Amino acid sequence: MPGTLIIAEAADGAVAPHSFELLAAGRALADQGGGAVSALVAGDESLAQSLFEHGADAVYLAPAGSLDPGYAETGAGAALAACEAADADIVLIGQTSIGRDLGPLMAFRLNTAVAMECVALTLDGGRLRATRSCYGGNANAEVTWRGDVQIATLKPKAWDALAPDAGRSGSVTSIDATGEQRVRVVSTEAAEATGIRLEDAEVVVSGGRGLGDPSAFELMEELSGLLGGATGASRAACDLGWYPPAQQVGLTGKTVTPNLYIAVAISGASQHMAGMSGSKNIVAVNRDPDCNMVQVSRFAVVEDYKKVVPALIEAIKALD
Amino acid sequence: MNIVVCVKQIPDPETPASQFAVDEAAKRVIPAQGIAPVVNPYDPQATEAALRLKDAAGEGKITVISLGEDSARDAIKHALAMGADEGVLLSDPDFENIDNFQTATALSRAIEKIGDVDLVLMGRASADWDMGVAPLGVAEQLGIPCVTIAKSMELDGDTLTVERVLDDGFQTVEVDLPAVVSISNEFGEPRYPQLRQIMLAAKKTVQVWSADDLELEDDEAGEDNRWLGLEALYIPQVESNVEIIEGDSPEEQAQNLARKLREAKLI
Repeated sequence: MPGTLIIAEAADGAVAPHSFELLAAGRALADQGGGAVSALVAGDESLAQSLFEHGADAVYLAPAGSLDPGYAETGAGAALAACEAADADIVLIGQTSIGRDLGPLMAFRLNTAVAMECVALTLDGGRLRATRSCYGGNANAEVTWRGDVQIATLKPKAWDALAPDAGRSGSVTSIDATGEQRVRVVSTEAAEATGIRLEDAEVVVSGGRGLGDPSAFELMEELSGLLGGATGASRAACDLGWYPPAQQVGLTGKTVTPNLYIAVAISGASQHMAGMSGSKNIVAVNRDPDCNMVQVSRFAVVEDYKKVVPALIEAIKALD
Repeated sequence: MNIVVCVKQIPDPETPASQFAVDEAAKRVIPAQGIAPVVNPYDPQATEAALRLKDAAGEGKITVISLGEDSARDAIKHALAMGADEGVLLSDPDFENIDNFQTATALSRAIEKIGDVDLVLMGRASADWDMGVAPLGVAEQLGIPCVTIAKSMELDGDTLTVERVLDDGFQTVEVDLPAVVSISNEFGEPRYPQLRQIMLAAKKTVQVWSADDLELEDDEAGEDNRWLGLEALYIPQVESNVEIIEGDSPEEQAQNLARKLREAKLI
């Protein structure tokens, strides 16, 4: 019976957390009658155990580095070989720097389609049906595949990783095949980290175009700093050059799921919701009581942020 | 140097959620009244990237292609007004509601028909379906490499050096032309069309090519031949449980919010 192949990513000798989410999605399909769950990872055998523990039945090892960002052509060769070896008719890939390239490359080479950044998967008569957000988060689309192999990239944090089960194990197979790499990687550098990473923060304070003034981000940083969190921005604010694009939250920016998300002067139209709607508690500060962000919030203050945010900072300081 | 820029006309992504509507039976978005479609926000950056390369080289021709309904002419006109040289509109009833695989096929045939193309530039994704698949698809169909999400580019002979944006940083890559590059919003502000250029653009040629002109097979276009089937399109239901924080002054509202957040153990 055909099964599911997940493309895992590894960095610094460990499997990336998002890859465990892919395994959870694969296991959920297996529970609905899908076949075995295989995982491809680039690197040595030490990576296999954590993949087994999080749900893999079999692990395929590609040469180290062959699934690093920028190496989609190399990686596609390994992934296509693993797909055949595992007899997979479903391939799940992370919506990551490598996944964005790898999914489409595999799809075009297998004469099939890819659905990007899916948030839900079901099996319907043994065939995959995927839900994804579109039109800036305003609509959901459900899609199916005509081709034999069904390829999907999954939105980070849309699935919860399974708790590791140390008793699980499986087979390990090496994949030697790689694709011809025509794009030459010269150098890769990490973004300058200022404070806590947006994706890891338990508290995120974001500002939008409604702030009206780039210097207002100093106020956002003061509030997020006080709460031990990170500062984000809407795409509109980043496009205006008010805040670095690396801090953009939204469809074309970062996806965050903090415990507390404070949206200041962000209406919640278009792009932004898709990047933060998974936040566990949303607080809106907005003058418009009818705007989308206020509607989805747990708490909202309908007032000018210039009056509320400085007072909120003082009030929080006074709590202790 | 021959550069092709692919552009797309889409519903305005800043349309307020309250005015966004879907025809669930037809699985299509109903155009919002009084809100005109716009050029996909990433595409002017692709045109800007082409113009910068042409400016640096001191020569070259930029052809703009758009696949879409007649309103896609506006996306072409915008690129022509920025300084692109010629336009091609891919228009055919069989191009309506096709998927990105089919779009990539049609675009790649058009690029082959133009001939001797050194570089294809596209926005990193279209803000309607937000897939980012077409640039890789066009490259695969043309049998040439693709570099995605570029923030800057420099051409030296036949080698293009591209700085691209990663989730957690940046990467510099080199690729030999011909190639496809998708351009990110980090590329920088696109130039604004000047009145004189808008008038000049009106005189520039826009050819219209059909599926037959591209010698597409019957099963390569048409909604019924999608590779990714669209089974449903709907507006997700959002249930509002918002608690509006009251108070006689903004200070009191802020104090009440702080107290609520502490009670809920959120701070």
